[in-house]
Amino acid sequence: MINDLITALGAEFVQLSLTPILIGVLAAIACALPGNFLLLRRQALIGDAISHVVLPGIVAAFLVTGTISAIPMMLGAGAAAIVAVVMIEVVKRLGRVEPGAAMGLVFTTLFAAGVLLLEMTDTSSVHIDVQHALLGNLESLIWFDAEGWSSLLDPQALATLPPQLPRLAIVLVGIMLFIGLFWKELKISTFDAAFAGAIGIRTGILGFALVVCTAIAAVAAFDAVGSIIVIAMFVCPPASARLMTNQLGRQVAWSVLFATISAILGYVFAGYGPGWFGSPYAVSAAGMIATISGIIMLLTCLFGPQRKRTGQQAEA
Amino acid sequence: MRQAELIAQAGKIVDVAGKDAPLTVRGLTVSYGNKPAVFSVDASIPAGSMTAIIGPNGAGKSTFLKGTLGVVPRLSGEVRIFGKPFHEARDRVAYVPQRASVDWDFPARVIDVVLMGLYGSVGLFRMWRARHRQQAMACLDRVGMADFADRQIGQLSGGQQQRVFLARALAQNAEFYLLDEPFAGVDAATERAIVTVLKDLKAEGRTVVCVHHDLSTVNEYFDRVLLINVRRIAEGPVETTFTAEHLQETYGGRLAETHINDLRLA
Amino acid sequence: MSFVDYFISALFLQAGYNSALVAVGAGLLGLSAGSAGAFIFLRKRALVSDAISHATLPGVGLAFMIMVAFGSDGRWLPGLIIGSAISSAIGLILVEWITRKTRLTEDAAIGAVLSVFFGFGIVLLTIIQTMSSGRQAGLENFLLGATAGMLISEATTIAIAGALAAGFVFLLRRPMTLVAFDPEYAATTGVNVRNIDLAMMGLALIVTVIGLKIVGLILIVALLIIPPVTARLWTNQVGKMIGISALVGGVSGYIGAVLSAAEASIPTGPIIVLVAFGFFMISALFSPLRGALASALRHHKFQRRVHRRQGLLALARREPIYDGLTLRILRRSGMIRRDGVATLRGRAASEKASRDEARWAVARRILPDDSAIERYDGLTPIEQMMTSDQIAEIDRMIAEQNGAKA
Repeated sequence: MINDLITALGAEFVQLSLTPILIGVLAAIACALPGNFLLLRRQALIGDAISHVVLPGIVAAFLVTGTISAIPMMLGAGAAAIVAVVMIEVVKRLGRVEPGAAMGLVFTTLFAAGVLLLEMTDTSSVHIDVQHALLGNLESLIWFDAEGWSSLLDPQALATLPPQLPRLAIVLVGIMLFIGLFWKELKISTFDAAFAGAIGIRTGILGFALVVCTAIAAVAAFDAVGSIIVIAMFVCPPASARLMTNQLGRQVAWSVLFATISAILGYVFAGYGPGWFGSPYAVSAAGMIATISGIIMLLTCLFGPQRKRTGQQAEA
Repeated sequence: MRQAELIAQAGKIVDVAGKDAPLTVRGLTVSYGNKPAVFSVDASIPAGSMTAIIGPNGAGKSTFLKGTLGVVPRLSGEVRIFGKPFHEARDRVAYVPQRASVDWDFPARVIDVVLMGLYGSVGLFRMWRARHRQQAMACLDRVGMADFADRQIGQLSGGQQQRVFLARALAQNAEFYLLDEPFAGVDAATERAIVTVLKDLKAEGRTVVCVHHDLSTVNEYFDRVLLINVRRIAEGPVETTFTAEHLQETYGGRLAETHINDLRLA
Repeated sequence: MSFVDYFISALFLQAGYNSALVAVGAGLLGLSAGSAGAFIFLRKRALVSDAISHATLPGVGLAFMIMVAFGSDGRWLPGLIIGSAISSAIGLILVEWITRKTRLTEDAAIGAVLSVFFGFGIVLLTIIQTMSSGRQAGLENFLLGATAGMLISEATTIAIAGALAAGFVFLLRRPMTLVAFDPEYAATTGVNVRNIDLAMMGLALIVTVIGLKIVGLILIVALLIIPPVTARLWTNQVGKMIGISALVGGVSGYIGAVLSAAEASIPTGPIIVLVAFGFFMISALFSPLRGALASALRHHKFQRRVHRRQGLLALARREPIYDGLTLRILRRSGMIRRDGVATLRGRAASEKASRDEARWAVARRILPDDSAIERYDGLTPIEQMMTSDQIAEIDRMIAEQNGAKA
């Protein structure tokens, strides 16, 4: 057992598993952080909507640029996310419908448009498909040039890290800065928007910034891990964390912990779990990470110390 | 000719309460859809007064308050706070929304909510510090809630929630307090505590406006009234304005009779 | 045959038995989705169906694995449908349970259930792909739907199930309308709200599982949401709204399936959704009741009336006017001159406005329960809302008052 562990954490681990796990953890935290505020604002499903419109975004970017390099794809996905958010607002006002229906209308339409575009253009020469957008490709983000833990100190080897890793690290730092710097404003406007407006907080702009932040997290994460994890990480870790504590700061800390555990355990179970049952194949890491976050949430729903509602809900 | 002069004379609103009065409203109209909730209402609140906004349910009292603060968009009309547009006088105003307008299941403690009132004095990108905490505690003490500082807000009773909201407004240390239904659904002890605080504020020379629904306490708590039923019915000192005739016009026939009878009993 | 020719012949069911059956099946599916969706939309639970549809995936996977374990090839559609129905029912129950038992709100429960079930379903699909019988299972077609190569038996199953679901909606339309409109009142009339809610969600579930093959589980929710939102733009009556919603759903399903039959590269599910969205866009812009153009026009007119009235009252009270829009409107309608002095017409109109204000004040006092008082928007001329006798009576009282004061 101990020997297994040592081999498991040896050179091969660094080469094959370290970077996917790190990328998974960074993506999970990047999504969980804004997810906390979305949850408290009853906008948990914005993350759902945004991650669905990533597909039309990358297809449109491909049609415009003709390449599948990362930057235009991310720009396309980000633009689609913002288009979706604006469209949801417009549909809400135009049709005077509840946000849920507006969201459902917009993201299904955009997703349908994405699939249609994809099917009707010749993308056989390049690799984009619906499955990739949904599932990502976490398992393939290995670190070819790593020869063991020592490679972490080797600049040459570090230069060959999968580009998703530094990209997600930068996005995560950006999200942490946004939430850290605007902590007061986010907290006040989430709790009491009318009061926040009256004391001069630009609630509209702040809410939009939060959604943009969500979109950036979704776009940066989807490329590595696919839309499923993105949706699961926006909702499950913050929701589980809410059932653990009654303080916002601690809730955010719990959500980071849960996101990390989900990413690590999910990856390990997906990669090594089938082997324990004698199967030579691995299962989808993205799906498994989402599954683990669901199991954590089930446990907190059953046993979380603060799982019961105490305050009355806002009217209307 | 007089009329032409007046129209030509662009500039500040001249009014009984003076041009730098805490609140001057001219022709405020707010509408949800195509039926106005507040129609062409004028008001002028003099400094150091304590005014009740009175009217039946759905008559636009809260909407009037929100319209003056720009929390809901105005269709037309002009609002001046201390002679300036609201955004220039924001620091001098404290607004207490209806208690039921927020989700009390929010993960925060009582002290966290009061600290929100100190937002203006903390500064961008800074965090609340120990001295802010002390100020917040002093405000909680003033409403008799100091022992509850670390309590989760979801565990409070309605009256306690209202006191926390008032403490948050006190933390803003404003000159002009606008409260939306502060006495709705609170216990008698809370009502007394709130009235004491509001009267103290007035004694300090500050101005208080409350949306109020209990006609029997108007005489006791307030010195001025603004009667609203979509449009302004009357405004002025309680003695001359809070009359059966105006109430009847505000509330309409039978409803008014019961209210007026209540008034006599009280 | 050109695309257009083929489209036209398919539209009239002349393009072969199989594609005709698929088109009819998609139409019936849209019809039942539109009518069931109308109730769910009115009950403000549109996105619960999103959780239901994503939660079908593990059921599809497990049903496939079980059927393979019993020696079949695992692709038998009714078996997969039963499996998906069971797992989405579990998802639905979990959404309700989380909302009721914990402090989390419904949107969080929906997001959690849909992503976790979907993720788990994907795990199962990757297992199936490694099974020898799983490589050609084509289960990923359930994600986006596919009608190409659909068996006649499958198309028949879908058409019959769609018709049954539509019939089910028709039978339950009264209690469901009551519950969607006012659940508390419905409870007092003896309707079991909880059961009706369950029936509504059960309908969504049925529509979802029969739609898996045609539209796919990611997009089926669109057929439950877009038709009712579209219908709401056209009418304020529940009965009509359900009818329009069913119609929009049915027509979208039918046209979408025909388009996709005419051009093989057009995937069925997405084109059905886009056709439905086309109906929504047209309605959102041009519906005379709640369309954008009509609303904008009404709002603009209303705002101008408010400013005009306020301006006239200010003139009558000899108060200064500062509001730019008010001044512009008065100037343009010839009520005041360039220098702001009231014209003859302006003076007459402002006197009329202030007389009407006084009349309304009296009316509120003497006729407090009159329905005209309730309906008055502050702008409509008094002659349109009261009889001339009433106005004469009011004027008499004003005269009396003035007399008393003098």
